[in-house]
Amino acid sequence: MIKEYKTIREIANPLMIVDNVEGVTFDELAEIELPDGSVRRCKVLEVEGNRAVLQLFEAAQGINLAESKVRFLGHPLQLGVSEDMLGRVFNGMGEPIDDGPEIIADDYRDINGLPMNPAARAYPAEFIQTGVSAIDGLNTLVRGQKLPIFSASGLPHANLAAQIARQAKVLGKGENFAVVFAAIGITFEESEYFINDFRRTGAIDRTVVFSNLANDPAVERIATPRMALTAAEYLAFDKGMHVLVILTDITNYAEALREVSAAKKEVPGRRGYPGYLYTDLATMYERAGRRLDNPGSITMIPILTMPEDDKTHPIPDLTGYITEGQIILSRDLHRKGIVPPIDVLPSLSRLKDKGIGEGKTRADHAGTMNQLFAAYARGKEAKELMTILGEAALSDDDKLYAKFADAFEKEYVSQGNETDRSIIDTLTIGWKLLSILPERELKRIKPEFIEKYLPREEAKE
Amino acid sequence: MGKVVKVSGPLVVAEGLAEANVSDVVRVGSQNLIGEILNMSGDSASIQVYEETSGLGPGAEVVTTGLPLSVELGPGMLENIYDGIQRPLPEIKEATGDTIARGISIPALNRKKKWEFVPVVKEGAKLIGGDVIGTVQETSAILHKIMLPPRTGSCVLKWIKKGEFTVDESVACVTLANGKELEISMLQRWPVRIGRPYQQKYTPARPLNSGQRIIDTMFPVAKGGTAAVPGPFGSGKTVVQHQLAKWSDVDIVVYIGCGERGNEMTDVLNEFPELKDPRSGESLMKRTVLIANTSDMPVAAREASIYTGITIAEYFRDMGYDVAVLADSTSRWAEALREMSGRLEEMPGEEGYPAYLASRIAQFYERAGSVQCLGTDDRRGSITAIGAVSPPGGDISEPVSQATMRIVKVFWALDSSLAYARHFPAINWLTSYSLYTDALTPYYEKEFGPEYMQNRNRALRTLQEEAELQEIVRLVGQDALSAGDQLTLEVARMIREDFLQQNAFVTEDAYSTYGKQYRLLDLVLRYEDKCREALDAGCELQPLFGIAARERIGRAKTADPDNYEAIYDEILAQMNAQIDEIKAGGEDE
Repeated sequence: MIKEYKTIREIANPLMIVDNVEGVTFDELAEIELPDGSVRRCKVLEVEGNRAVLQLFEAAQGINLAESKVRFLGHPLQLGVSEDMLGRVFNGMGEPIDDGPEIIADDYRDINGLPMNPAARAYPAEFIQTGVSAIDGLNTLVRGQKLPIFSASGLPHANLAAQIARQAKVLGKGENFAVVFAAIGITFEESEYFINDFRRTGAIDRTVVFSNLANDPAVERIATPRMALTAAEYLAFDKGMHVLVILTDITNYAEALREVSAAKKEVPGRRGYPGYLYTDLATMYERAGRRLDNPGSITMIPILTMPEDDKTHPIPDLTGYITEGQIILSRDLHRKGIVPPIDVLPSLSRLKDKGIGEGKTRADHAGTMNQLFAAYARGKEAKELMTILGEAALSDDDKLYAKFADAFEKEYVSQGNETDRSIIDTLTIGWKLLSILPERELKRIKPEFIEKYLPREEAKE
Repeated sequence: MGKVVKVSGPLVVAEGLAEANVSDVVRVGSQNLIGEILNMSGDSASIQVYEETSGLGPGAEVVTTGLPLSVELGPGMLENIYDGIQRPLPEIKEATGDTIARGISIPALNRKKKWEFVPVVKEGAKLIGGDVIGTVQETSAILHKIMLPPRTGSCVLKWIKKGEFTVDESVACVTLANGKELEISMLQRWPVRIGRPYQQKYTPARPLNSGQRIIDTMFPVAKGGTAAVPGPFGSGKTVVQHQLAKWSDVDIVVYIGCGERGNEMTDVLNEFPELKDPRSGESLMKRTVLIANTSDMPVAAREASIYTGITIAEYFRDMGYDVAVLADSTSRWAEALREMSGRLEEMPGEEGYPAYLASRIAQFYERAGSVQCLGTDDRRGSITAIGAVSPPGGDISEPVSQATMRIVKVFWALDSSLAYARHFPAINWLTSYSLYTDALTPYYEKEFGPEYMQNRNRALRTLQEEAELQEIVRLVGQDALSAGDQLTLEVARMIREDFLQQNAFVTEDAYSTYGKQYRLLDLVLRYEDKCREALDAGCELQPLFGIAARERIGRAKTADPDNYEAIYDEILAQMNAQIDEIKAGGEDE
């Protein structure tokens, strides 16, 4: 027997206090029934004696304190999961909004999930070819990795994410893949861009969309990514699929979290974000991965926009501490017309070392990667010096490095959003660029690879 | 028995706990969640619960165990991986599958496994607390010494057995001073928040050999010392910690993954069993204890994980071993403190951290040290504590970095601009420091001769000069420098690229012996000497930079570790010959 309470004492959006409750537990889901019969959802944030503090997932508009009824449902917020979710569109709370039939759930899962046992994880080491040189060659993505894109307002992160979703493949394997896409507080246009791209490539039938757009309630956003990850976990670890999860935009999520934290009058951490932002983000990001003896995997690409292009802002900063690397987009490169404008130096894939090399990509991959990084870094330094002192002040080597840096941006990074390069193409372009430099400078590559792959003198003059 | 009155995340308030003590471990609710009492007021207790409290509400029962949070100490810890409150993760996996369910109670040490116990004392022997009574070959690398519990006092051994026992079976019995008898098993318990006692502490005087050139040669840490590795994300904190865990010349490594990535722990679990200790030839896992409280695991247990780790380390120290404790990352631990403090509605100090942050950090690092252990023999053990710090935005003016810098003696500052250029380890040579160099110099001089430290100091000076010259170059360009200064720049670059850079993923380079470190740096410095001679003789710079031996110096760090001396001799001879040739050519003209 579920009790109904008409004892709402206070509503201060998005919080609500209900008195005289019994048997209420922490994190429990509750429903508010308005006099007109409509139902809204909320969850218990704190319970002290017979008083419960709840957080609304929807707007408080129209709730009458005296007339509305509150029911506690005895379980946390859940998502009914099923393979039939593929090809469907849900709102941020997991309800279908595409006029299709209700989902007949296989199982109901707590959207918070459970921490994965580190002893049960399988280390991600399977190379994913995204067809983007700056990623495949230098910041390699592997299956089960969480690799965010750090973008900023006005940069084409959506194009890059869609390109990855479209081109990503594991070499020489049959696929049982799915895409879970969570739109978190983004505009209709941006969301539609992704969905159209999925449609264009036919991926839409293998995609589950959770959509909380900019005009949907902000507090709902706290649930949206967790809904998406619950669906992804089911598809990956119960159904053995390789799931690519795209979460966009995490900045909106963190702002919703800050809103609730401020309403709760918590002591704020940096920039008003709650002190537990790190832990909260980690409980989402860490749900990516692979498990021992399980064929499925979750590869995650969260997208976030850095306020003021500032990498040290708490959202990118804490994300970078949790995720296994980051792909950073640069406004300078975007202005220069480099597509995609990936700034390779601060970008990083922490799992690349186990995903590349002989048998995975090619034996010379690691050495050329390090050499390209080091050469580009030195080339950029030389170019900076050149803008201050003029070209004459550079040593002969530095002049070559500056030339290399320009060529690298134009030929290696800038490939357009439609080009799908194989890893061999990427490596070949890398070698071609390295041939600009004197051979003695290639100290990070083993001599036998230089012998085998470096294009020889006849190419030059 | 008490009743819950309030639940707010990991903080639970319960009433009716008059018989409980502050810091007692309690069991909460029907799911038997594990918690610890933080504060008491009358009969009401504030409890931090080490597991997710979802589904817990007022009225749930709370039972105190009457004991503070403790760890089990005995054979079976090595090669194992525990969560923050010492529950064995592989056994949790057996019990609940791939995720960690709540309320699981599995003893830290396997109760069924039998260990071969070999007595080392005879019946009738006079003993005191801390004395070794027997040994167990726990892994092929480590002999586990079974000690009398520290607080036993003086006693006489009544009987002792040889043979195979489980950890909770009695292996010996002593008669205490008051005439009572005490049966001893191989299992001890110790409360994590209290340091295990020892006889005396010493100033550390031996270096910890990590095989990392920038650490061993430039900024060494002593065995029994403390060090911090601060750095922004992506600067390689974890790789540095992993390298230290792999190659340090200690007997035992306790690695605490505190609020970090799950895959990093998996990486250790996969990789360590495969790697061989360069000294003993045994698998590295055989000397390692892992504590994993990843960032998605409950935050309160993260607070405990640091103490769990250091207590286990102290236990091995008490056997007379050198132990390294690696905590990655202490910032996450501090955040857990902050979160609990916020829920307790304490008055915050800086950036919301509790006012006791600095004293807690200091207490943790102070549990490191080089000590004479309890007992009648003259065992000495040490704990070297190395903590990663993750300052927000890489800005070390924040409270955790500052509180850490006040207490640790070695500071390896990681630098994102070095990391971007893929200079690893990305330890900045200008901002890092080691306060142990003076204490360790006698050791280095005795073992490797006076040139070792002289070369080191000269190399650091060259790098310092480079930083000053770079400022001039930025203003007027390199050509404006004298030939001597240009050579300094070139040599500094060689020190950076050919000596300091070390690739953790190349087998020959991942670990360098002291001998190889010395010879490699010496090679670079001899090149400088030879070039200066040539410059004085009127040679041009460019041909000197262009000699073929330079490329070989660049590759010298990956020389075969067993045969490096011959290779370096050969490079040296080649280099000298080539420079002499240029000199001769110059004189001819």
